[in-house]
Amino acid sequence: MPLNIDLQQILLHWLNLAILTGGLYFLLFKPVKRFMEQREAHYRELDRQAADKLAQAEQLKLDCQAKLDRADDEIHQEKVKAQQAAQQAAQEQMEQAEEQAKHIVAKAKAEAEQSRERAIRESQKELRELAAQAARKLAGQPGTDPFDQFLDLTEGGSAHAKR
Amino acid sequence: MKQHKKGLAIWLTAVLLLLIAALLSGSPGRSESVQEAMRDAVLHNVNRISLFGLKEVSPGLISAFLVTAILLLTAALIRVFAIPRFKLIPGKLQLVLEEAVGLFDRMAKTNSPHRCGFMGAYIFAAGAYIFVGTLFELLGIQAITTHGHPVTLPAPLSDVNAAIALGTLSYLVILSGGIAGNGPKGILKTLKEFSLPISMSFRLFGALLSGLLVTELVYYFVHLSFVLPVVVGVLFTLLHALIQTYVLTMLTALYYGEVSEPSHGQGKKTKKKTKSV
Repeated sequence: MPLNIDLQQILLHWLNLAILTGGLYFLLFKPVKRFMEQREAHYRELDRQAADKLAQAEQLKLDCQAKLDRADDEIHQEKVKAQQAAQQAAQEQMEQAEEQAKHIVAKAKAEAEQSRERAIRESQKELRELAAQAARKLAGQPGTDPFDQFLDLTEGGSAHAKR
Repeated sequence: MKQHKKGLAIWLTAVLLLLIAALLSGSPGRSESVQEAMRDAVLHNVNRISLFGLKEVSPGLISAFLVTAILLLTAALIRVFAIPRFKLIPGKLQLVLEEAVGLFDRMAKTNSPHRCGFMGAYIFAAGAYIFVGTLFELLGIQAITTHGHPVTLPAPLSDVNAAIALGTLSYLVILSGGIAGNGPKGILKTLKEFSLPISMSFRLFGALLSGLLVTELVYYFVHLSFVLPVVVGVLFTLLHALIQTYVLTMLTALYYGEVSEPSHGQGKKTKKKTKSV
């Protein structure tokens, strides 16, 4: 054969390469590749877990946000209710105060009226007593005109009433 | 500082003395001319080695067996001692191993996305064999020929039989991919590339042989044996080990992917079947 090509040696080289391919596959290629795949799977799993946790966190955030929104609404509603209640209470208090004021004013007016009537009654009574007293005095004094004395007393009595 | 200078002076003196001794001692005389050395490097018909007393083989086959033994032993040691200690955050050795496996696995997946399980394993083995086999010549392991002369074991692929074996095996792997992917059509698709085993074999053989011839030439003459082998022997060998590894594995993966890709007709038939189901 040209170039000393030897079929038997070629076959021996094939045998050698077959042994090498199989040996390297089982001893090195497969275990290293398996390890790399396991590590890839491990990191993929970690990645998946992280994604799940992120999704959970997002969901939790949405839930919290919804709760916060609901709480805001509730707070707003409560505030409105409280304002209404406060206004109502204030209105009631105002009404009560007005009622009380009216009552006090009416009472004061009544008392003033009563005081006035009493004063008038007392003045009239006093006048009557003075008149009677004057009349008795006039009737008991001789030499004076009783009519003039009466008039003098009467004038003095009206001055007293004015006073 | 003084000690440093003293050490340097001793080292330089030792180098000079060894150089003078090497030049003055002379050689016992050449057993073969440079032409004969070159011819034997190509044909391997003079310096042959006995394979367990059964057959005389070229030194390349012994190199091939040794390379396989080294690779399998290393792989077994790594399997027993290193792989069970792999961590999620890799260390240096783990990083190198993962990168090597990942490189060929990715190459298989990229070039042959339809069918890449076996391809990755094959190109990983072929790549390791070419790379380590090419660097193997740097070790300078000696063997005794059937004539009783010592000979340095060459790179396995500098033997034409090894290059043909790897080229044809790669072609067979491509053919198997074609059959697995497309059945009889795959055979036709693969046979269209009939020049592939020849081109793959002789590309490897030529690249490795050229390196071997340059190295033979350099070492044949004593005065070229200083400094120059560092460049020729190490850098060139390392460079073409990388290049040849890349070229063969890439070509094999590429052709494997091409022939194992389901043809459009088959795809339509499959779609029709799926629709009818």
